[in-house]
Amino acid sequence: MNTQTEMKESINSQPEEKPLLKLKNVSKSFPGVKALDGVELDVRAGEVHALLGENGAGKSTLMKILAGIYQPDGGEVFLEDQLVHMSSPLEAREHGVLLIHQELSLVPDMTVAENVFLGNIPRFANMFVNNRHLNERCGEILTRLNCKFKPTEKLGNLSIANQQMVEIARALVFQPKVVVFDEPTASLTDYEKVVLFGVIRELKESGTAIVYISHRMDEIFELSDRISVLRDGTYQGTFYTRQTNEDEVTQRMIGRDLDADIEHQPPELGAKALEVSGLGIDGLYSDISFDVHAGEVVGFYGLVGAGRTEIMETIFGLRKPDSGSVQINGQNLAINSPSDAIDHGLGLVPESRKEQGLVLGMSCKDNTTLANISEFTKLGWIDTSAERKVFEEYMDKLRIKCPGWEYSTLNLSGGNQQKVVIGKWLSTSPKILILDEPTRGIDVGSKSEIHHLIRELAKTGLAVIVVSSEMPEVLTVSDRIIAMYDGRITRCFDRSEVTEDTLIRAITGQTGH
Amino acid sequence: MLQFFGKHGISVAFVLCVVIFSLSTQKFLSTDNFLTVVMQASIIGTIALGVTFVVIGGNLDLSVGSLLSFATVLVVDLHDKVGPGTAILLMFVFTLLIGSINGYLIGYLRLNSLIVTLGMLSAIQGITLVYSGGKNVDISDQTNTWFAFFGREALFGVPVPAIIFIVLGIILQIVLLKTGFGRKIFAIGGNATASLFSGLRRNRLVFSTYLLSAFTTGCAALILGSRVMGSQNNVGEGYELLVLAGVILGGTSLLGGSGSIARTVIGVLILAMIQNGLLLLGFPYYTQWLVTWVVIIVAVWLDIAAKRGKLFSTY
Repeated sequence: MNTQTEMKESINSQPEEKPLLKLKNVSKSFPGVKALDGVELDVRAGEVHALLGENGAGKSTLMKILAGIYQPDGGEVFLEDQLVHMSSPLEAREHGVLLIHQELSLVPDMTVAENVFLGNIPRFANMFVNNRHLNERCGEILTRLNCKFKPTEKLGNLSIANQQMVEIARALVFQPKVVVFDEPTASLTDYEKVVLFGVIRELKESGTAIVYISHRMDEIFELSDRISVLRDGTYQGTFYTRQTNEDEVTQRMIGRDLDADIEHQPPELGAKALEVSGLGIDGLYSDISFDVHAGEVVGFYGLVGAGRTEIMETIFGLRKPDSGSVQINGQNLAINSPSDAIDHGLGLVPESRKEQGLVLGMSCKDNTTLANISEFTKLGWIDTSAERKVFEEYMDKLRIKCPGWEYSTLNLSGGNQQKVVIGKWLSTSPKILILDEPTRGIDVGSKSEIHHLIRELAKTGLAVIVVSSEMPEVLTVSDRIIAMYDGRITRCFDRSEVTEDTLIRAITGQTGH
Repeated sequence: MLQFFGKHGISVAFVLCVVIFSLSTQKFLSTDNFLTVVMQASIIGTIALGVTFVVIGGNLDLSVGSLLSFATVLVVDLHDKVGPGTAILLMFVFTLLIGSINGYLIGYLRLNSLIVTLGMLSAIQGITLVYSGGKNVDISDQTNTWFAFFGREALFGVPVPAIIFIVLGIILQIVLLKTGFGRKIFAIGGNATASLFSGLRRNRLVFSTYLLSAFTTGCAALILGSRVMGSQNNVGEGYELLVLAGVILGGTSLLGGSGSIARTVIGVLILAMIQNGLLLLGFPYYTQWLVTWVVIIVAVWLDIAAKRGKLFSTY
């Protein structure tokens, strides 16, 4: 009897089976929202454990609990079978749990080495910083990560991808037991992604437990060993990646079937809504010519930094072009500011919804009417009930999940925030709508909703431009695809003729002449 | 508990002040004394109304103190030279001119508001001294001028300064909450970039907040000049900090994007009550500075504690 239980224990405590980190029945509430309700999670040393869930499912809350930023209302956290309380990020770090933030938290004016050792600078006699020592130690970590930049480089001069590497290097200083990656690939190109995955695998080999949060199904299946799913703050189960498939976890994650694939009929083209000819800004992009008709969706595909966002900002009056012209409905117009652009029927859903899209401290209603507040005012006086009606209309239409019109957008999930931004622009009744990375960092459910919405908007006669770094997205929503590389348009595809291969060639500069 | 203080802390502090001072001195809780408090609060309060707009828009205005000196010297000096009506008109013209210089530098040239208005503070001191030649100014016939109306008279038993303060406060509260202009000020203070992307003209909006703070400073100069019927060159010295103290006490965030006129009014009234109560209790007048500082620190602390849900920061 005794030996039997011992044997059982020994099986259970095989090194690869024993959880390094274990969460039991963890709950967390915020005013009005139950963010987590009895969540379980066990993460083993040497595995990549993916955490999957729609925005608002509670992933971020869970991660913040692991990192000591939030404290759970109920439940327990075990690290190596020890019950732990982490009341601050500092304590979490001491326990060996480190979070790599989705938004980078680095100091751009300091060097790479200084950033890596920020808050943990090795000092001489507890006072003086030995820069050479600092740079040497930093260099060792960078080599391990296969990074080519120098420790003495100023952080602000690095690309976003390299900054992310610095963030990882900073975590490695503490020789962590558990590293949590929160949407690490959101702003990376495909090549940079491959490098990052290499680093993650290397960490895994060395026995670190990795928690990996992402919306991208393909990444999760490529990288992870197990997948845990959250929905609406509740635990939906853990799966071995090899024994499951995308359909199963998606089903678990959203609790319903994703809408059927978007059908593509050749669009009913209206008049030419926007014509751009010879547009250029020195050093950013040059000789950009294209047109968009009412009723069609034109996708702009290219690598980060190809100049797509800058072109859209120029059309929208945020930048001054050095050459070229923009015609709207056949009229040559000088658009010098966003308010000019809005007057001429343009709308821009910007790249970054938190910095450019929303005034986070303001309510959903106030954000919705911000771009055309003058239409809701008589003699300067705001007609609040008209505002509410418009917000509630878009809340229904776009299926924005939010407790009410006075609710602050700060507390909405990413997908719902994005829908508020889209609602804001639709309420201006634009003729031309530009969406820059409309689904970045958004869960698959909202993503598919937004894709359908884009198709429907085109059907109602809107001219739509979608800028995206995700090939599936461009292929799903566009009627035509414009490929860009290094500030130039390399090719323009009709949807029917495009293949993934030609598209990749076009955006990496191999036009294949 | 903390949440409650975050939302209603200022009202609690207000009631607390009233209760403490009422219990400790009989003179405090009387209509007369209350009107005195409002009257004392009216000058700083009137300025604070305009400055609240500036701060919600994400900027600071430190030039209001010396602008008050300048405007008061100007209106008092011109009173005898060109008559009260023209004096008031000219005073507002020059005050708004200075406000528009602030507004242009900060709104259109995007210079840092702290630097611009701090520089303006000393620049106006210089202008005031050049104008007056360093001499104090006063009105010769102080009894037979309708200019006395703004600072010395009362309507239905309420002193005119208090009426100006309260009426202006109500109007500006409505402007802030109910008009497109007010909404846009919140938006540029909350997120300047997102406002730009939404087609708001930030330069114009910032400009107008400085016009507004200059205007309310002009109104305060009217009250002050009329009450004293004379002015020293440095009469408004240090007022910028008292004004800011009132605004902060009212919970308006120095980062911009949130705040309220009503709460600024309560904030200024608390400061005036402390001043008044301590004097009634027989403390020397300079104790109010220390007490004011303590009250502000506690107010800001509670505000931040409510936002993070804890009194103390753990890291």
